[in-house]
Amino acid sequence: MNKDFSKKNNGKLIFLLLVIALYLILALVNFPLAKQSFLAFLQLLKQIFPIFALVVFFMFLSNSFFNAKKITRSLGKNAGIKGWLISIIGGILSTGPSYMWYPFLSELKEHGMRDAFVVTFFYNRAVKISILPMMIYYFGPTFVVVLTFYMILFSIINGILMEKFFKISPE
Amino acid sequence: MTLLRIKENFIKTLKSFKQIIPMILGVIMLVALFITVVPKDFYNVIFVGNKIIDPLLGATLGSVAIGQPVTSYIIGGELLNHGVSLIAVIAFILSWVTVGVFQLPAEALVFGKKFAMTRNLLSFVSALAIAVLTTLTLSFL
Repeated sequence: MNKDFSKKNNGKLIFLLLVIALYLILALVNFPLAKQSFLAFLQLLKQIFPIFALVVFFMFLSNSFFNAKKITRSLGKNAGIKGWLISIIGGILSTGPSYMWYPFLSELKEHGMRDAFVVTFFYNRAVKISILPMMIYYFGPTFVVVLTFYMILFSIINGILMEKFFKISPE
Repeated sequence: MTLLRIKENFIKTLKSFKQIIPMILGVIMLVALFITVVPKDFYNVIFVGNKIIDPLLGATLGSVAIGQPVTSYIIGGELLNHGVSLIAVIAFILSWVTVGVFQLPAEALVFGKKFAMTRNLLSFVSALAIAVLTTLTLSFL
């Protein structure tokens, strides 16, 4: 268990080092472009910082108020419709890039959240209330209603398929 | 809950978050690189006007594209105005938000390779299926 944990953490560090290496190679080939990319990275980091805080807050809430038993009841194998609803609404309401939610969902998963609900949560991140006016402006209200309906429907289908066909643990 | 318990939970949370920081920084650096390297009008010139190739191109481009979801709708709207088919535009928008090729290594590290690959593959196929179904439904309304 500890070996796996340490391997996972090493993997994350190696991933970061590989990306840094990519920047260094780019700097050797085209320094202005590498500099521009680095400045864009700093800008993104600044934009994303509030989401960092939000995710840490959610993780703190999860650690404080939800134990494995509670999570298994609401998002586990026997959660039923409640589990689907929580993952759909959670996905729609979540903000920021999807990778910001990896730590939070990974913790819930370790406490017993079904893989299907993780998949459903991620898919519903495509449904964004804040973007609705923009969608209506470009595509019209009928389009938005139809597309949103299919997105929610497929989020559930994908969750079920994930567990059914690929036999990923429903625990 | 006691103050000591709150402190313990907070430290536990920070420790968990600390472990994921290298991965998140790596993804943000990749996103920045992508945004800088790929020119903004790249998407306008890539579509060829073919009914089968364009949706596949849309889904593929959306899968490797990175940025705020709102950007995908703006680009999608502009593509539509430039005559790109609705199916291709929907496939592009959906895969932009639901498939993450650049985030795949990070997702695999957190949830496992099989989970990440399967989820992204399902999302890619779904983007195409929803594009077809939405266009068909709209044609009946």
